[in-house]
Amino acid sequence: MSGPLLEIRDLHIGIARRHRNDEIVRGVDLAIEAGEKWGIVGESGSGKTLTMLSVLRLLASPPLSVLRGEIRFDGEDLAHVDDRRLREVRGGDIAMVYQDPMTSLNPLLRVGRQLEETLKAHGASPAQAQARTRDVLRQVGLSDPERVRTSYPHQLSGGMIQRVMIAMALATSPRVLIADEPTTALDVTIQRQILELVTALQASTGMAVLWVTHDLGVVASLVDKVAVMYAGRIVEKAHTTRLFEHPTHPYTKALLESLPGAGSAHRSALHQIGSTPPDPTRLGAGCPFRERCPYAVDQCASSEPALMDRGQGSFAACWKEPSQW
Amino acid sequence: MNVVTAIVRRILSILVTLLGVSVIIFVILRLLPGNAVSASMGVSEGLLSKAQVAALNQYYGVGQPVLEQYFSWLHALLHGNLGVSLSQQKSVSYLVGLDLPVTLELAFFSMVLGVLIGVGFGMWSALHPGRWQDNIGQVVAVVGLAIPAFVLGQSLVVYMSTKFHYFPSSLTFVGFFSNPWLNFQQIIFPSIVLSLGIGAAILRTTRGAVLEVSGLNFARTALGKGVSRRAFVWRHLFLNSLTAVVTMSGIQLGYLLGGTVIIERIFVLPGMGNLLITAIKNQDYPLVQSVTLVFAAGFVIVNMLVDLAYSLIDPRTRRRSA
Repeated sequence: MSGPLLEIRDLHIGIARRHRNDEIVRGVDLAIEAGEKWGIVGESGSGKTLTMLSVLRLLASPPLSVLRGEIRFDGEDLAHVDDRRLREVRGGDIAMVYQDPMTSLNPLLRVGRQLEETLKAHGASPAQAQARTRDVLRQVGLSDPERVRTSYPHQLSGGMIQRVMIAMALATSPRVLIADEPTTALDVTIQRQILELVTALQASTGMAVLWVTHDLGVVASLVDKVAVMYAGRIVEKAHTTRLFEHPTHPYTKALLESLPGAGSAHRSALHQIGSTPPDPTRLGAGCPFRERCPYAVDQCASSEPALMDRGQGSFAACWKEPSQW
Repeated sequence: MNVVTAIVRRILSILVTLLGVSVIIFVILRLLPGNAVSASMGVSEGLLSKAQVAALNQYYGVGQPVLEQYFSWLHALLHGNLGVSLSQQKSVSYLVGLDLPVTLELAFFSMVLGVLIGVGFGMWSALHPGRWQDNIGQVVAVVGLAIPAFVLGQSLVVYMSTKFHYFPSSLTFVGFFSNPWLNFQQIIFPSIVLSLGIGAAILRTTRGAVLEVSGLNFARTALGKGVSRRAFVWRHLFLNSLTAVVTMSGIQLGYLLGGTVIIERIFVLPGMGNLLITAIKNQDYPLVQSVTLVFAAGFVIVNMLVDLAYSLIDPRTRRRSA
């Protein structure tokens, strides 16, 4: 089977409001090959989480819904699979780790039961599920799997819970792992551990990983490719090293400059991007970044650029090439 | 804090509650005009001579100092003696023992039906929000809440008797053990009437709780890991709504223990409600006091069971025990 393992094509997501349907994800294209590591980077509200949730058809509907586009896993159109197949894909082929670990487990069931439930849903016998649960809890670095297994979520710390969530996602050996800001709720030392953990597990299992984050710095050393999202679209897609050395979209450049210690190391003050991101439901014609963009020209106000090839695997949605900045 | 002290504390708090209730009942009763003598004699009290009134007062214990009355009642209560009914010349324990099973049976059937209606329609509504299933559920809730039990009960009695010449309640009430089938026919119709209101309240609670839980993160996690529809609905959504459902059921059961008065009247069931009405009409102080106290005890016990259910359902409410 050729073609990418997971492919998102021209995805549009809308939110139903009283008298209208606003588009908040506007034509996202993404092709993930088996074993690839991607970073999906963007500010809050840029549509990255919604894009990922729609892969597993987990959008809260109503008010959210996929308006247009295709999501294919291994060539199979996920929008049109039946419920049984959908349940196989969810947690089986594609697993997800969520943003807020503390509220992502059922508070009334023991942790072990929730892990075993996943495994049993994907065909394990009770005995297998229990053995695998112990293994995978140990694998994510929990030193006392038996205690964790018999604990309720409220008896564990945030870091432990996030490890449990990762264990739950990995238990079924998925081919794609979507990690949606898995470390934002955790303190910095735990963050580091979790990132290293997932990287190590990725290396040993060969699954594809999608890191969703608002922090470009976090993914820099972890991923092969980066997609930068802004106001519901991908504005730049590139190999990680290329992106850091030669950003081809002004927004990416601004993000890089706002990283602590990046760019000019002698400057102590952090760069910030002026003004606030636009309301994705009130975009007129033109580039949504133009008001914050130092290089904006008249053309930017009249029409919105599509992704254009900038060479060496970089694509950017900008009317001006970096040489014209 | 270990389990034993928790239980002891609980029981103590129940006793204190009941003590408070006993004072309130006692005081309110004494505030009513008239007494047992005027209630049993009616207007003919005026025809009695002073000596006769005095003798009757002496007999019924009217005119004793109020505090003395209270403490002699309390003293008897603490010895397990609920007193003697003035109007029926029988011990209150005997009368309660006769009528309590009827009320309990009625409450039991009404609760079972009410929970079935409430949870059934509530889940059905919540799983199809805004769709026709939800609309049906909402109609059931509104109808159940809007129609008073006495209207429905009276209509049902009239309808059945004129249409089918079916009068299960015109016969003397029979206990479950003497004739289960007739007993069932006599108890089922009032139970249905009561269950509608209970069901409507539980329906709304269930629907609201399940809808709220469906929007929480862990519900999404459960869907995202591919568990079956049934496991998702019951193990994740319903289980997490259960404390709300249990609370509402407890409240309804509490009402039921005291609120069956009208229905027992309409369906001529010799339950606690009927006993209480008769006692009040006769200004039968010991009977009213003790029956009300039994209601209060029922209410308190139901509350305790609800709390107990909480700690069984939700591990976060369990006290850490050694």
